[in-house]
Amino acid sequence: MTDQAYNFAYLDEQTKRMIRRAILKGLAIPGYQVPFASREMPMPYGWGTGGVQVSAAVLCPDDCFKVIDQGADDTTNAVSIRSFFERTAGIKTTTSTKAATVIQTRHRVPEMPLSEGQILVYQVPIPEPLRFLEPRESETRKMHSLEEYGLMHVKLYEDIARHGHIATSYAYPVKVEGRYVMDPSPIPKFDNPKLSDSAAIQLFGAGREQRIYALPPYSRVVSLDFEDHPFEASKADHSCGLCAAEDSYLDEVIVDDVGGRMFVCSDTDFCEARRAAGHKGKDAA
Amino acid sequence: MIDTPLLSVRGVSRHYGAHIGCSDVSFDLYPGEVMGIVGESGSGKSTLLNCMSGHLAPDAGEVVFDTRADGPRDTVTMSEPERRMLSRTEWAFVHQHARDGLRMGVSAGGNVGERLMAVGARNYGDIRDKATDWLGRVEISESRIDDRPGTFSGGMQQRLQIARNLVTGPRLVFMDEPTGGLDVSVQARLLDLVRGLVRDMGLSAIIVTHDLAVVRLLADRLMVMKSGHVVEQGLTDRVLDDPQHGYTQLLVSSVLQV
Repeated sequence: MTDQAYNFAYLDEQTKRMIRRAILKGLAIPGYQVPFASREMPMPYGWGTGGVQVSAAVLCPDDCFKVIDQGADDTTNAVSIRSFFERTAGIKTTTSTKAATVIQTRHRVPEMPLSEGQILVYQVPIPEPLRFLEPRESETRKMHSLEEYGLMHVKLYEDIARHGHIATSYAYPVKVEGRYVMDPSPIPKFDNPKLSDSAAIQLFGAGREQRIYALPPYSRVVSLDFEDHPFEASKADHSCGLCAAEDSYLDEVIVDDVGGRMFVCSDTDFCEARRAAGHKGKDAA
Repeated sequence: MIDTPLLSVRGVSRHYGAHIGCSDVSFDLYPGEVMGIVGESGSGKSTLLNCMSGHLAPDAGEVVFDTRADGPRDTVTMSEPERRMLSRTEWAFVHQHARDGLRMGVSAGGNVGERLMAVGARNYGDIRDKATDWLGRVEISESRIDDRPGTFSGGMQQRLQIARNLVTGPRLVFMDEPTGGLDVSVQARLLDLVRGLVRDMGLSAIIVTHDLAVVRLLADRLMVMKSGHVVEQGLTDRVLDDPQHGYTQLLVSSVLQV
């Protein structure tokens, strides 16, 4: 079988139509989890089956596609999804955040602010923010519909009681447009402020859980907190070892077996662009 | 004399197919009053309690509750969000098994704080202070505030459940066999505690139990149920000391004397 045997972007048109309807509904009700009939994709659950389906439904032949995994363009998940769409859709791909029109991401939001016309697609493992507090799906749906979100604060209360501060550092719950509480997917809470008032369309796809939700551009997204323990976007207290950036989210990399370590930007495109512009960190060769 | 009943039950019936859960039950409960419902297993006590507390929809009848905001309202016909709001603010429900009423994966403090956060409390310090205060009131040591209920004894779990329910200052407490499964000395302490709280807070309560000693101690009025019907009701002492109905006489004479 040749690659031409596939429909454009792998999924058949009826499936894409169904997913687009779910996306439109999600955009109309920001933060609401829209059920959709998730398809089997040629990859295991947990590897971005939801994100890939959403990307497939929004891609057009003249789109430019970028995939990041934990901020990096060159990790297994990112490389394989990129080549998947190169083969099945024949579209241009890029590693540049600026040049991309559709960006599929796992666990990060690009450092560079997105612009109007761009679409950010998140891969979501567990779309239900209340899941680990209330295991009954029938009950959590009722809680969403009646706006009963006290339980979400119980989780934050437990954090403070146990650790003295809100220790949730990723998948930090947010409230969208003063209505729905949403799981922003496992992005670090450092990225939470970037969700709010973003110029780009943000789409969230959970393949195994069969849910799509969305943030239209310029949505108001507030991270939940307590009056006396306000939300704080945290990152490692270092600068990037390669590009010396002070304000980007950092990965810690162990470099030898005697405790040596370095901190580098998790967003590879951001880091490379800075190095090309002449910035140099202390660990740069 | 207060003339508006806090809870007014009129002709409540609930059937399970051809089987009767409870049939045509009517009574009034006035503020500060404690009502006991006794009867054998399967007599419809719990069905009636669940119908009144909104856990079950009755087939017929109305349950009029005197709300703080809008005065008397029929809770059967009110919308679900309103009813759930009532059950978080003005009502409390104490389950027979503390595990049904507690979140076992959440610390004692979190359990007590949940209702506060559910009605909009967003200040950690205040929530913590209230939780500490309430743990003290139900005689749980402050040092246990961050322990999970799973590490508590049965009696402590039950007291924690009571604290969790009373923290938002409800006016009506539904109790389903609150002392079931506890040994007698723990029962006595729990009853003592409940009696104190009911008196101090001016609570009204409806207590379902099959233990006549519990109602003798707590209830002002008593209702005896058999096969889904109320067979006798009146002041607790009157019903227990001078039972009129044959079934009540049987019930009273069945109590073992030590």
